[in-house]
Amino acid sequence: MIQAILVFNNHGKPRLVRFYQRFPEEIQQQIVRETFHLVLKRDDNICNFLEGGSLIGGSDYKLIYRHYATLYFVFCVDSSESELGILDLIQVFVETLDKCFENVCELDLIFHMDKVHYILQEVVMGGMVLETNMNEIVAQMEAQNRLEKSEGGLSAAPARAVSAVKNINLPEIPRNINIGDLNIKVPNLSQFV
Amino acid sequence: MHEEVSRGTPDLSYCLADPMRIRRASFPKLQSLRPEVSGFKKAEPGGPGRAGSHGGGGEREGPDEAPTPARPGTRKCWGERSGVETESRMVVTSLKLQDLIQEIRGAKTQAQERELIQKECAHIRASFRDGDPLQRHRQLAKLLYVHMLGYPAHFGQMECLKLIASPRFTDKRVGYLGAMLLLDERHDAHLLITNSIKNDLSQGIQPVQGLALCTLSTMGSAEMCRDLTTEVEKLLLQPSPYLRKKAILTAVHMIRKVPELSNVFLPHCAQLLHERHHGVLLGTITLITELCERSPAALRHFRKVVPQLVQILRTLVTTGYSIEHSISGVSDPFLQVQILRLLRILGRNHEESSETMNDLLAQVATNTDTGRNASNAVLFETVLTIMDIRSAAGLRVLAVNILGRFLLNSDKNTRYVALMSLLRLVQSDHSAVQRHRPTVVECLRETDVSLSRRALELSLALVNSSNIQAMTQELQAFLESCPPDLRADCASGILLAAERFAPTKRWHIDTILHVLTTAGSHVRDDAVANLTQLIGGAQELHSYSVRRLYSALAEDISQQPLVQVAAWCIGEYGDLLLEWSSEETEPLQVEEEEVLALLEKVLQSHMSLPATRGYALTALMKLSTRFHGDNNHIRQVVSIYGSCLDVELQQRAVEYNTLFRKYDHMRAAILEKMPLVERGGPQADEEGKESKAAAQLSEAAPVPTEPQASKLLDLLDLLDGPSGNAQHPPPLDPSPAGTLAHLLDLPCAPPSPAPIPNLKVFEREGVQLNLSFIRPPGISALLLITITATNSSGDDVTHFICQAAVPKSFQLQLQAPSGDTVPARGGLPITQLFRILNPNKAPLRLKLRLTYNHFGQSVQEIFEVNNLPVETWQ
Repeated sequence: MIQAILVFNNHGKPRLVRFYQRFPEEIQQQIVRETFHLVLKRDDNICNFLEGGSLIGGSDYKLIYRHYATLYFVFCVDSSESELGILDLIQVFVETLDKCFENVCELDLIFHMDKVHYILQEVVMGGMVLETNMNEIVAQMEAQNRLEKSEGGLSAAPARAVSAVKNINLPEIPRNINIGDLNIKVPNLSQFV
Repeated sequence: MHEEVSRGTPDLSYCLADPMRIRRASFPKLQSLRPEVSGFKKAEPGGPGRAGSHGGGGEREGPDEAPTPARPGTRKCWGERSGVETESRMVVTSLKLQDLIQEIRGAKTQAQERELIQKECAHIRASFRDGDPLQRHRQLAKLLYVHMLGYPAHFGQMECLKLIASPRFTDKRVGYLGAMLLLDERHDAHLLITNSIKNDLSQGIQPVQGLALCTLSTMGSAEMCRDLTTEVEKLLLQPSPYLRKKAILTAVHMIRKVPELSNVFLPHCAQLLHERHHGVLLGTITLITELCERSPAALRHFRKVVPQLVQILRTLVTTGYSIEHSISGVSDPFLQVQILRLLRILGRNHEESSETMNDLLAQVATNTDTGRNASNAVLFETVLTIMDIRSAAGLRVLAVNILGRFLLNSDKNTRYVALMSLLRLVQSDHSAVQRHRPTVVECLRETDVSLSRRALELSLALVNSSNIQAMTQELQAFLESCPPDLRADCASGILLAAERFAPTKRWHIDTILHVLTTAGSHVRDDAVANLTQLIGGAQELHSYSVRRLYSALAEDISQQPLVQVAAWCIGEYGDLLLEWSSEETEPLQVEEEEVLALLEKVLQSHMSLPATRGYALTALMKLSTRFHGDNNHIRQVVSIYGSCLDVELQQRAVEYNTLFRKYDHMRAAILEKMPLVERGGPQADEEGKESKAAAQLSEAAPVPTEPQASKLLDLLDLLDGPSGNAQHPPPLDPSPAGTLAHLLDLPCAPPSPAPIPNLKVFEREGVQLNLSFIRPPGISALLLITITATNSSGDDVTHFICQAAVPKSFQLQLQAPSGDTVPARGGLPITQLFRILNPNKAPLRLKLRLTYNHFGQSVQEIFEVNNLPVETWQ
C-alpha cells in the first residue's frame, strides 16, 4: 500500500502532500522535512530507493522517488508494492500532469494545488493504484472541469445574486468594519468636509 | 485590530470584482509567468532567487493588475476606493487562491510569510463565520494551501462538511478534498459526513459518486464502512467502469477496516474478473489479494480462478501493444505485476495451482525482454512467484539465473531490486543464492548507500563455516571504507558471524581485534565483555592476545572499546607481556615503565570515558602484583585519583589506596588472576550446539558467580570493618556485591535475574506457540527467546516455519529450528532460538510470521507480540 505521496522542490518547499494513513499535522510536516533531507543527500545517478525515515514506520517502508527538474516526487510504500512498478507509476502521474497542464512546470503545481490533488485522486485512491491509463485520466479530468465551468456560469447566478444581496444588506456592513478603523477615518472625513 | 488589517488585504483585489475578469486575469498571469519558468528551472539559487522571481512578476503585473502588497497605508486607500467603486456592483471581498499564493511567494522572509498567512487565516475564519456560501469553496481552497505549508487549519473542518452538503459540484469537489486532508478518522464530524456520503453515493451524478467513494476509501472509519456497505455494494454492479473501479478499491479499504465485510464483497469477485477494463481488473485483483491474505477459506475459494487469471495474464503477454496501456513497450505492467502477486499467494504450497501456472510463468520469464524498467518489474515479480510456489526445478534455476543476470545490470534500480529479491530467497534457497556470492560481494563496493546496505545484509546472510575467512576479509575491507551509518551494522554483523563460525579461537580474537581497531566507536558495549571473556577462556592465547592488544593500544588510545579490553588484559596478563615468548613472530621488547606510562596516558587522556579510566586504574592496581619492580609509581598514581572529581573513580582509588596502606599483606591474594570463566555468551562453533548451550545458560550462568560473590562479601567485610578512621567515603551503592563487582571488573558480576515468565502467543486448532525468555547475565542487552511449538491436535503439523521481525533499533538473529514437523497428539515439539540484542533497552516488540501445513491446508499467520514482560527489555 502507498502510505504517502509527497512532492517538494529542490529547496524542500512542499508542493503536494497526501497521506493515506492519518498522522497529526506536526508529524506530517516533520515527515516532509525528514524525507526531503534524506532525498537531498542523494546524487542523481544512484538508485531511486531508500529505506524509510524513522517517522513514517521505519524499515518496513521504502521511499521511492524520482527527480524532475526542480521537483522531487516521493512515494512512501510498504513492502507489498513492486518497487519498479511504483517508479513507473510516478512516471505515469507526471506524464498525466504534463498532459493536463500542457508542458507542466513547478509553477503549475504551485498555483493549481487543488487540481493536482484532483488528478492524483484519479491515479491513486486510498493508497491503492486506481488507474494507469493516461487517456482515461485526462478524459475524466476534462469532464469534471467542464462540469465545474458550467456551474460557474448561468446556474451559479442565483446563488451569486443571493450573496450579493447579503453583502449589500446594510446592517451587515457596520458589523464587518472594525471600530478602530472608523476612529481613524471619521476625523479625517470631517476635516475634508 | 488584527482582523481589521486582514480585511484590508482582500480589498486590494477590487479590480477582480467582476467574476469574468477574475477568470481572464488569472490565466494571463500564469502565462506571463511561464517564460520566467525556463530561467526558474535552470537555477533558482535559494532565497534570493525566489524573491527575485517575485520581483520580476510584480513589476510586470504592476501596471494592469492589482498591486502586490504594498504598505498598509496604501492598502487601506485601495480598500476605500474599492468599497466606493464596487458598492454599486457586487462586493467580492476575498483574495483568490492564486493571488494568495502569489503573495506568499512574494514574502521575503519566513516571518513575513507567517504574518501574511496569519492575516489571511484570520480573514478566512471571519468569512467562515459570516457564512457566505459563494465564498466558502474559495476560502477552503486557500486554507488547504496554507495547511500544506504546515499551518494549522483545523477550523476548516466544519466548512468541509458544509461544502459537501452543497448541491454544486464545485463545492463538493473542494469539500471532499478538504475532508480527506483535514478530517481525522476519530473526529466527531464523521457522523455528519457519513450522511452526506450516503446521499451522494446513492443519488449523485457520476463525478460526485466518484468523489464520495474516493473520500470513503481514504478516511472511512470502521463505523462509516459498516454504515455504507450497501451503497458501495450497489455501485460494484454499476455499468460504468469509472464507478466500478472506485467502488472495488473502496471495498478493499472497507475490508481492511472491518474484516467481516469480506463476505459481502467476496461473491462479486468472480463476476468482476470477466471485466475487460484494465482499471476494474486491477482493482478486482487487489481485492482478491486482500481477501486471500485475510482468510484461508477465501484462499481456497479463489484457487478456482487460477486458470482464469492465467488466461488474463497470457492475453496480456501475447497481444501486441495497445497505446492506452503500454508502458515502454510492455502491455500494462501494473496489471501483470498484480496478477503475478496474486498467483504467488494462490500457488504457495499448492501443487495443483502451481502446475497450472508453470507454463505461463516460463513463458513470461522467457518472453519478457529485459532492459526496461517496466519489463524488469514484471520479470522480478515472475521470479519471486516461481520461487514461492511449487514450480518445476528447471524453472527455479531459470529464475535464479535471471536474478544473477540482473545483479550485473548497469541500472542501479535493477541491481537494488535484485539484491532485495536474493535476500528474500536466501532462507529458502540458500545454495542457489550462494552461487552469486562473488557478484554480491562486488556490490559491496557500490557508492550508493541503499545498494551497499542491501549487499551487506545479503553478504552477512551468506556467511557460513566454509567461507567465513574469505567473507570476513571482504567485510573487513568494507568496514574500513563504508559510510558511517552502515558501520555499526557491519561491525556487529562481523562479530556475530565470527561468533558463530570462527574456525579457531585465535582467528576469532584477531577478527574482533580488527573490528575494534577499525570501527571501535561503532560496536556495541557487549563486544568488550565478549572479547574479555573470550581471551580469559583461552589460556594458551593469553600471551599472544596481550601482546597484540598492547601494540594496538600503543598506536591508538582513542577507540574506547579497544582501550577497555586492552587495559583489562594488560592488567590481568601484564606479566606475560614482559616474558620472552619464543613462538611469537614479532618479539616485543617492553619495559615495565613503558606499560605503566601507557596506562597512565589512558588515565589522563581527555578522550577516555569514565568507564575506560576505571579499567585503566584497576589494571594499574593489578600490575602492582604482576610486576616485580617498585610499586611507588603505581601508589602515587592511585593516590592522585583519590581526589578525582568522578565519584566512581575516586572511590576505587581510595579503596586501592587503603589496600596498599593497611592490607598490603593481602594485596597479592586479592589481586590474583581471575579464574577461567566459562563463557557466558554462546560461543559454540556450530549452530546446533549453540542453541543447546544457550538453553543451558540459565542453569550454568549463576554457578560461577556464586563463589565470587561470596568472596567479594568477605572482601567487603575486610575493608569495611576497621575502616572507622580510614578516609574513604562510604559506599554509594547499597548493595555490596554491586560495588565490589566493579572493583575487580568481573565479567559477569550482576546477580542472576529473576526468571521471566513464559508467554503463550498463539493457539489455533491445537497448535500452540510459547515463548520463554532468558537474559544471560553479563550481557544486559541480550535476550534469548526460545519458541516452542506444540501440537495437541490429531494431525501432524508439517512445513512449520516461524519467522520474526523486530524494530530497527534491535538486532535479531534466528537460529535454525529443531525441525519442521510437530507430530500429532503432543509429539516432540519444535524449538527455535532467537537472539535479540537490545542495546538501547527500548520496549521490545516482536512480529511473528508462522506458516505451516495442518489438516491438509496451509496456514499463514502474522501477528505482533506487544505484551512481552517488562523484564525482557528493562
